[in-house]
Amino acid sequence: MSQRLASSVRFAPSPNVTTVRRAFPLAQTLPWLAGPVWLVAALVTWRAPDADDFPATNDLAVLFAALGVVLLVAAAGRRLSARAPWAIALGVGFGLWEVAQAKLLWLPRPFFGTPQDLLDVFQSDWRKLGDSLLHSLALLAIGYLGGATLGIAVGAGLGRSPRFRYWVRPIMRLIGPLPPVALLPLAFVLIPSSRVAGDALMALAAGFPVAVLTWSGIAAVDPAYYDVARTMGAKQRFLLFHVALPAATPQIFVGLFMGLGASFSMLVVAEMLGVKSGLGFYLQWAQGWAAYPNMYAALLVMSLMCSALMTVLFKLRDHLLNWQKDGLKW
Amino acid sequence: MVISPSRTTPLALRLEHVSHAFHSDGAIVPVIDNVSLQAAPGEFVALLGPSGCGKSTLLRLIAGLEAPKEGAIYGDDSPVTGPGPDRIIMFQDPTLYPWRRVRGNVALGHDINGRADDEAVTAALKLVDLLDFERAWPHQLSGGMAQRVALARALVNDPRLLLLDEPLGKLDSLTRLTMQTEILRVWREKQFTALMVTHDVEEALLLATRIVVFSPRPARILADIPVSLPERRHRDDPKLLSLRKDILAQLGHREDW
Repeated sequence: MSQRLASSVRFAPSPNVTTVRRAFPLAQTLPWLAGPVWLVAALVTWRAPDADDFPATNDLAVLFAALGVVLLVAAAGRRLSARAPWAIALGVGFGLWEVAQAKLLWLPRPFFGTPQDLLDVFQSDWRKLGDSLLHSLALLAIGYLGGATLGIAVGAGLGRSPRFRYWVRPIMRLIGPLPPVALLPLAFVLIPSSRVAGDALMALAAGFPVAVLTWSGIAAVDPAYYDVARTMGAKQRFLLFHVALPAATPQIFVGLFMGLGASFSMLVVAEMLGVKSGLGFYLQWAQGWAAYPNMYAALLVMSLMCSALMTVLFKLRDHLLNWQKDGLKW
Repeated sequence: MVISPSRTTPLALRLEHVSHAFHSDGAIVPVIDNVSLQAAPGEFVALLGPSGCGKSTLLRLIAGLEAPKEGAIYGDDSPVTGPGPDRIIMFQDPTLYPWRRVRGNVALGHDINGRADDEAVTAALKLVDLLDFERAWPHQLSGGMAQRVALARALVNDPRLLLLDEPLGKLDSLTRLTMQTEILRVWREKQFTALMVTHDVEEALLLATRIVVFSPRPARILADIPVSLPERRHRDDPKLLSLRKDILAQLGHREDW
């Protein structure tokens, strides 16, 4: 069907063809622009006088220049075409930031830092930042994975067992909608280890949406799917693991995404309020010392971490749900 | 006696005074009323009746998916107490699992019963002429192809009794003709007992060796008609047409058109 469509499109005289041809020189030049933009930014950073005594200005110029060279090599290797506009925009952005703040000092310090402030933090404090990242990841891994596993198990129980549903549903309805953050003070009192308390609450934060969506996914499974397996002699175990859960997987992933978001929030709050390590703790500590560049650096690391984990989850979903016709691309 | 590997010993089916009812909002709705029926091994019996009369429920009872409220069902003289791979039901919708490829769907019965027999899966796919599509996902198949996969999925279990619940009901008329020939060919080759629910008189006459006519709900047997037509049947055969007229009359359509 789609093949037939494609061939008919190919043979039709398409106005798009001419547009594409006219745009072609631009598409060809754009990748070659990215490197020079960064090299100009490097030159300005190096040569223009700083408005104040900033650290790492020359290092920043070297970094910009290095990026410029890398981008030129990428352009030569024709590996930049789709990303060229972003590479250019980022170069222009960083260059303008450098000029506006490091050279002209338009915005009040110390709330607004310069690019070299940020670079300086990564140069001088990378050990502590890295350590915080690892602690956050460890806390998140245990809390989120535990919560997701528990959530799928509870959701499966709710979806498949009337007795389980009878006892667990009222508890879910009472505790589920409560923001897990509200339980934080209580958890720190009841559980001596603040890490364990943080993990428990993260598991709760992630587990609730996973459980509800697993349940609703299983409840929506076409009963005929069970009949097909039962007529061949399938028992409860097969029906759960090979019919109900695979059929509910798209929904389960919706829950897993919601749960991941919820456990990010819980992670930061737990680290800010009780757990004495991690990026949330670093953030709190930086604010206490008015070390704003450190705060920006921690925020950057944190957003890279969250984005990377989301990407991992999307990859996992695309892998497990490759049977679906289409899905959202992250 | 030598049994060729592609053939199974067909099941002898016996229903004794089977009645069934559903509970609906506190009321009891009878759907099957005292049905006694026998199918000899290897027979192809068509269950014909108006839509919603309870024929499909009867198949579910025979498959063991539900237990009858009254009466008993026997396969080879042993009572049916639950589903089993010797009695496979094929539904109106193919209900393929979208998360399994065509081959995985056909292998479902093997997965359930802990067997791994790639050759049998390949043979079943060949039988319905879909070996080229073994790697396809169900959403890539047409309605007729999906139903052929469902047929292969049933056949891979070597059913001794195949229960066909209007499996051609939702196909377009041309695909339907192809599938009728397909089912007939497979039945001749594998020699299982077949029970097919349909409300298409012509289809029943083309395929079955016997036609059992049911009343509107609750289903009772109105007539049990042996179809003594040659193996190669034609829908314009005058004998077939006169049988068709008789059966339509049984179903209350005396004005033949």
